[in-house]
Amino acid sequence: MVSYLLRRILATIPVMLFVAVFIFLLLRLTPGDPATIIAGDFANETQVAEIREKLGLDEPMVTQFFVWIGNMVQGDFGESFFYKKQVSDLIASRIEPTLSLSLLTIVLTVTIAVPMGTLAAYKQGSWLDRGIMGFSVLGFSLPVFVIGYALIYLFSIKLGWLPVQGYQRISDGVGGWLLRLLLPSLALAVIFVAFIARMTRTSVLEVLGEDYIRTARAKGQTETRVLLRHALRNAAVPIVTVIGLAFAILIGGVVVTESVFTLPGLGLLTVEAVLARDFPTIQAVILLFSFIYVLINLMIDVSYTLLDPRIRY
Amino acid sequence: MVEPVLDVRGLTVALPSDGDRANAVEDISLTVAPGEIVCVVGESGSGKSVTASAVMGLLPAALKPVAGEALLEGENTLAANKTRLRALRGTRMAMIFQEPMTALNPVARVGEQIAEMLEIHTGMSASERRARAIEIMQMVHLPDPEKMIDAYPHQLSGGQRQRIMIAIALVLDPALLIADEPTTALDVTTQAQILTLIKEMQERRGTGVLFITHDFGVVAEIADRVVVMQHGKIVEQGTRDEVLMRPQAPYTQMLMASVPSMTPPARTPVVGARAIDVTGLSKQYGKTGLFGDGRVVLAADDVTLHVNKGETLGIVGESGSGKSTVARCIARLIAPTAGSISLHGTEIATLPEARLRPHRRKVQIVFQDPYRSLNPRRTIGLSLIEAPVNFGIPKDQALASARSLMELVGLSADALDRYPHQFSGGQRQRICIARALAVEPDVLIADEAVSALDVSVQAQVLELLDDIRARYNLAMLFITHDLRVAAQICDRLMVMQKGVVVEHGPTGQVFRDPANEYTKLLLEAAPGRDVTFGAGRAV
Repeated sequence: MVSYLLRRILATIPVMLFVAVFIFLLLRLTPGDPATIIAGDFANETQVAEIREKLGLDEPMVTQFFVWIGNMVQGDFGESFFYKKQVSDLIASRIEPTLSLSLLTIVLTVTIAVPMGTLAAYKQGSWLDRGIMGFSVLGFSLPVFVIGYALIYLFSIKLGWLPVQGYQRISDGVGGWLLRLLLPSLALAVIFVAFIARMTRTSVLEVLGEDYIRTARAKGQTETRVLLRHALRNAAVPIVTVIGLAFAILIGGVVVTESVFTLPGLGLLTVEAVLARDFPTIQAVILLFSFIYVLINLMIDVSYTLLDPRIRY
Repeated sequence: MVEPVLDVRGLTVALPSDGDRANAVEDISLTVAPGEIVCVVGESGSGKSVTASAVMGLLPAALKPVAGEALLEGENTLAANKTRLRALRGTRMAMIFQEPMTALNPVARVGEQIAEMLEIHTGMSASERRARAIEIMQMVHLPDPEKMIDAYPHQLSGGQRQRIMIAIALVLDPALLIADEPTTALDVTTQAQILTLIKEMQERRGTGVLFITHDFGVVAEIADRVVVMQHGKIVEQGTRDEVLMRPQAPYTQMLMASVPSMTPPARTPVVGARAIDVTGLSKQYGKTGLFGDGRVVLAADDVTLHVNKGETLGIVGESGSGKSTVARCIARLIAPTAGSISLHGTEIATLPEARLRPHRRKVQIVFQDPYRSLNPRRTIGLSLIEAPVNFGIPKDQALASARSLMELVGLSADALDRYPHQFSGGQRQRICIARALAVEPDVLIADEAVSALDVSVQAQVLELLDDIRARYNLAMLFITHDLRVAAQICDRLMVMQKGVVVEHGPTGQVFRDPANEYTKLLLEAAPGRDVTFGAGRAV
């Protein structure tokens, strides 16, 4: 197990290196020169060249790449072209809204979807099952921004229960933090609830047909415990897999949600950085995202060993 | 007379309206006295499992008891409400199942699964439950219960798992134990041990046992009384000797006549040209060294064999003995690690895939499970002509020979347009045999080809295989775990254990005078070996 973990962690290095090369080339090969943007509309050639030199963009690409990697190894992610701040500080100040939003969404999703899917499986073919599956189809078909604006319209504008937009730091009060995050999380959660409820239903249905469920009933076990103790635990591996993937997709998908709800998180930072051709910031954020992906995948694999004693690495 | 622990009277369970008959079981009446083992026997679909599930209240929702009663120590379980039924299960009636791997929860420790019974029905504390679980594990003769109690099912052997199931069922000392094919999935030596254990437990505790099986050998071993079922009805019941030796109903007589005998018929040695010649065949799974994980299994170790044209060589052994591995190597479905396989003098052990193709048609396999070895979405005709067409035979010609093959295996040629689900298990196995013959092979491998079939169907398919072998002068490799079947069809026998051939000789000699200890063990473990079924039949 320890050696497996070590191997997996070592294996992240080439993955991250590949992402680094890819994002580095992508930025430099797409049109748009950061120096021109920083210099503004009325700058002349010399000024632009000066800025380019200051940012190190006049060096050959290979040199630029190795300077960047070399600095990163020492923990220096560079300075943002646009904000004139250390990229690491920039990310640190923006990570809280993103993590808050993603975590709250996942918590909402799991608490709604897993019981829903289990119930649908247990009552297979009933009106409850059909209702839940109907909702699931609907949830799949609606884009996040439609749900988001619909929720804002209903709860914020019509009913006035919740704030329209914005973010409050958790240190300034949990109540306000939660209140402002509730709508965006709910909007994001809908599609994942639809997905994970379906997955849970399928997985539990399959397990309910297994012999050990019959054994549990032959023991005189109550239906609730048959479901919780025998069915759900055996159905857990595929469910946990999609929850993990959902979390990874969420972190990547915050770009849209944060724009809709103007949350000052990493998603918004990415949008701003891309518009400003802020190379160091874009590179660092993308690398961070891919690192989180790799980490989540590792966590999913490790969780298997906890859920199923037959799986050992 | 003592009051029976189970008294089923006129039980009828209705099938849904689209079923193939009105009732799954009809007017079933049987009793089980304390300390008595009653075997319910019948072929698949006879309704024996439905009867058992009805008593336990475990019928699927689609099946409803519509008449009769099932009196468990005088209390009708069919009329009991859900709460009462739950209270009865485990305490007064308990059940063990066919497949101990799937009947145990794979993610819970075996100790927890025993203790769960106590948790549901008693007020014992966690430590008391654990102590009781260890105690019952000792009683079913599990080694080192203090350690094994924390194991997961997959860490135990098949026999140990079934012992755990028995421990779960008996921990609360129920009056009635229902055993639904409890030894069918086990190897023959393990089966013998589990049968002994069930007998021992039942004698010690005076439990009444309703034992469901399709295996008459097992019936001969264990039954006090026998109930024979067919198409949901009881056709005959009586004491073990009455039913096995002097069956009255024609159906029972037919069944008894179908049970293959443990005595091989006399056979003249087949002297033909060598069709298969295998020397020093080994197959290793897993890899050592830098990229392997170090786990290595030698599935076949230095196996040497030959089969002549027109001859049947049987390979017998328990699960994991390597018998299927050898067959798969000879068909080159897998590549052997070492050794030579010669087919009519051509070495095929090391041939690369491209040059192997012409040889593929010469070796054909019939697999165990006819339900899974035919593509459910292709018609029988398409399945039959696929291989010939692949080998360049025009479609019309392939179809014409498919029609005659269907007739050869005893099916109508008009059935070519139908799909596999429209056939019974025995018919499907006939189709699989026709498919194998479609490319005119020299070698036919039957890998447990009759093991999944009911005994009456099994006899017919065996006869068909033997006919075909004789008609086409085929070399047949017959893989089986069933000694009775092997005795009847094989010219020579090879006994394998843990990848090694431990005995090899003419069938008659191996049965009469086994040289190897393991062979003796296998022969002794065969259930009902001393019984000649239907021997004392009243004419």
